[in-house]
Amino acid sequence: MSEVMTGERPAAASGQDSSSKTFPRLLTERAAERPKDVALQEKLYGIWQPISWQEYAARVRDFGHGLASLGVTRGAIIAVLGDNRPEWLIAEVAAQSIGAAVVGIYPTSLDEEIIHILSVSKAKVVVAEDQEQVDKLIRVKPMVPHLESVIFYDPHGLETYTEPWLMEFSSVETRGREWAEGRPGWFEEEVAKGDPDDVAVVCTTSGTTSRPKLGQLTHRNLLSMADNLTSIDPLGPKDRFVSFLPLAWIGEQMIAVACGLSRGMTLSFPEDASTQRSDLREIGPHVMFSPPRIWESMLSEVQVRIDEAGWLKRKVFGLGYDIGDRVAERRVRGQRIGVGSRVMQKLADWVALRPVRDQLGLTRIRRCYTGGAPLGPDVFRFFHAIGVNLKQIYGQTEICGIAVVHHDDDVRFHTVGVPIPQTELKISDDGEILLRSPSVFVGYVGNEAATTEAIDADGWLHTGDAGYLDEGHLVVIDRAKDVLTSADGTRFSSAFIENKLKFSPYVEEAVVFGTDEITAMITIDAMTVGSWAENEHLTYTTYTDLAQKKEVYELLTDEVHRANADLPDSIKVRRFLLLFKQLDPDDDEITRTRKVRRNVIAERYADLIEALERADDSVSITNTVTYQDGTSVKRTIVLRIRDLDGYEPPKHKNVRPVWSGRR
Amino acid sequence: MYGQPIATCVLGHIRHPEEVPRLLTRAYRFPLNSSRVPVGEPLLEVRDVSLRFGGITALSEVSFTVVQGHVHAVIGPNGAGKSSLLNCASGLYRPQAGQILLHSRDEHGAASTHDLAKLKPHRIARLGVARSFQNIELFSHLTLLENLMLGRHVHMRHGLLPSMVWFGPARNQEVRHREFVEEVIDLLQLQAFRNHHVGSLAYGIQKRVELGRALCVEPALLLLDEPMAGMNAEEKEDMARYILDVHELRGVSVMLIEHDMGVVMDISNRVSVLDFGRLIGDGTPDEVRANEAVVEAYLGAD
Repeated sequence: MSEVMTGERPAAASGQDSSSKTFPRLLTERAAERPKDVALQEKLYGIWQPISWQEYAARVRDFGHGLASLGVTRGAIIAVLGDNRPEWLIAEVAAQSIGAAVVGIYPTSLDEEIIHILSVSKAKVVVAEDQEQVDKLIRVKPMVPHLESVIFYDPHGLETYTEPWLMEFSSVETRGREWAEGRPGWFEEEVAKGDPDDVAVVCTTSGTTSRPKLGQLTHRNLLSMADNLTSIDPLGPKDRFVSFLPLAWIGEQMIAVACGLSRGMTLSFPEDASTQRSDLREIGPHVMFSPPRIWESMLSEVQVRIDEAGWLKRKVFGLGYDIGDRVAERRVRGQRIGVGSRVMQKLADWVALRPVRDQLGLTRIRRCYTGGAPLGPDVFRFFHAIGVNLKQIYGQTEICGIAVVHHDDDVRFHTVGVPIPQTELKISDDGEILLRSPSVFVGYVGNEAATTEAIDADGWLHTGDAGYLDEGHLVVIDRAKDVLTSADGTRFSSAFIENKLKFSPYVEEAVVFGTDEITAMITIDAMTVGSWAENEHLTYTTYTDLAQKKEVYELLTDEVHRANADLPDSIKVRRFLLLFKQLDPDDDEITRTRKVRRNVIAERYADLIEALERADDSVSITNTVTYQDGTSVKRTIVLRIRDLDGYEPPKHKNVRPVWSGRR
Repeated sequence: MYGQPIATCVLGHIRHPEEVPRLLTRAYRFPLNSSRVPVGEPLLEVRDVSLRFGGITALSEVSFTVVQGHVHAVIGPNGAGKSSLLNCASGLYRPQAGQILLHSRDEHGAASTHDLAKLKPHRIARLGVARSFQNIELFSHLTLLENLMLGRHVHMRHGLLPSMVWFGPARNQEVRHREFVEEVIDLLQLQAFRNHHVGSLAYGIQKRVELGRALCVEPALLLLDEPMAGMNAEEKEDMARYILDVHELRGVSVMLIEHDMGVVMDISNRVSVLDFGRLIGDGTPDEVRANEAVVEAYLGAD
């Protein structure tokens, strides 16, 4: 085995020590320290409706009593199924206060996934958002016999439901207050009984290959992670965070709940999915953690909007961007920036970069993180150039979401950074990344076999990822089982090439196949390609029609050619086709966190993949379209296959800058 | 109960959270339906209405009844007289013959009846008959919020002076109306467009704003003139969903006009069919579908 790398705790940042506490105790502390400050706020009816720490604690207390009155006991698990709302967190901390844990279910989950999570966790109580989620639970209830009560917090449309086991959130709070009357001091005792080693949160692992496993994280796991992360990247009570990614995801739990409660940040919940971006801009958060798709979509948005701007604005932004880019390149390497560059940078920031940050809602941002999947180096570069300190996080649900991160003055775009304090890292002999820290989880619910597979006798977490160390930074190749070797011995993974392709603003998803000759199946991004087509005066009707336009193929050929430029010869993309539809989680082609399910794709599109392999000119596929009136037709679509052999991009074209979709 | 925060924000300074009543339930506070007529009883009776423009007969002796608690669709091919009928009910046209009776109850349950065919449009609006227009009739340079606030106009009662200086009861009243409007925005999921100028919104959204403004009148009866005209299949389904929400969640009786039979048949309790100004069918969607005269009017006689 190779050497062990340990993340050092920086001497200066001693930080607070929360790892000997629990979430409910932290909430009690916050409510005592700053009773009137805003803990949570939700935009509702057009207004940010604040909840102070004191109110938060009071509602947690009421709801905790309510849960106890419904028979939730120490050691049990309750489930929450809904979008991010204050009630989600109130339910979470209330359950933890009485010694129970919470498992989040993604609001987009289908019945089968809900049944799986509820049966494994044996949840008696589910807190659901609205009619949509309650309807799902009514359907699955017969399959999960131990489910006793469902508590909803958005009553619209539920007035006429008569199921006796349905309750409104506020009525459970009222019930809790009544239940508490004869039991003074009970709640405080329960909170005091809480041990840091109790399970606090159960997070589902994203199951690209199998059903999700339920990883149990203790208070100590999560809070030591929060301590270690904030010792590098401090967070404080004045900081704001917008919570819009599912709280069922470890990344959101990690910042919103663990760092939020231990550092006393204010969390804001957007009004509606459609207003997320404008609400984000109103709040102007100080910290963000999002998967790559959010950053990618922000970049596409900038690209689309800059391409709609006049020539002068494009010119000014182009100049400003170049200055920002040069300065950022020195900054991320920890190099000194000269006085001249500083002045130019200020100027560029003022005329070109700050307005773009403002449009994205990132003016206040000090640090933001990406994680969950690799992000293209060019996207990284773009954000650093416009003055956003974007850093990579590497970690699994099993280690509270983070083990490795970039340091502020040492951001290398192709690596994931160095271990956070108290975290040990080593690469096993067969190239697997192993991690050990106080944040390593305590096991999967009801799955001993998987637990012993994940944690070995010495406490090392086997991540299942292949990687190597590059001058002290960790580089992740891919899942160990997905690492392939090309004909000339280059170690690579499909995702590595896919990410190169996906960096193009026109590519939404890409799936590559083969080891000797790489081929790719690409889905175009409807928004950017649509706006490009509009600009080119190209008429089209549907997504399918757009994807099969000759001009669109030409456009994408050029993009694939660009991506190939960064790849060694043996793994360049030889052929590709554009798929007639987008990959959809409802069709099981992609997970809720937007990871492609290769096995499903390989099975469903076997014909296409074979045709790509055989180097056919085209391939036809039949699919069934169901119309509104219930009739359906089978239609045959002919998909062309483009071979890049001998392709030379037209000479006269200029190179497309990162921030533009136009040439 | 949780009206206070809106007031605080309108005034521009945020009060301390402790003073703001806590938002405990997400249920709506305002009823949208202002009619007290019990469900199942007649709400609007169209009796032998005839309307002529010079020598052209737009409507001849049309009679049917809209029952409280129903979505009642009036369908027919182009030029059948559907919009004319709606214009008679909202006072824009005056029929030469017949009555359009709106039944209502006061707070003590005492019944009264008004003949809409003889009233001026603003009087009809006061009685709680709200409508949307086929061709969007919004103030395109005002924001969505302002357009909906205008829908509350019939309920605003205060003098000119207090309104101008925005003082005392006038201010409180405006805050209360804003709360009402916000519930409509929430119901129709228009949050993302609250401060957009209506003219800049997509057609399908503008149609939803039309519906929203009619709801802000707090209708006793909601008249919708081709709410799905010019929409694509997806927008139509969305609109159908919103109409059902308005009806099922908020108990508003709806009379809607549509020439596309498809969606309407799915969401209506009762359907009346007009052709060349005559009523040729009246019944449940299934009855109407089986009616030969209706099929002929729609598909043409072979």
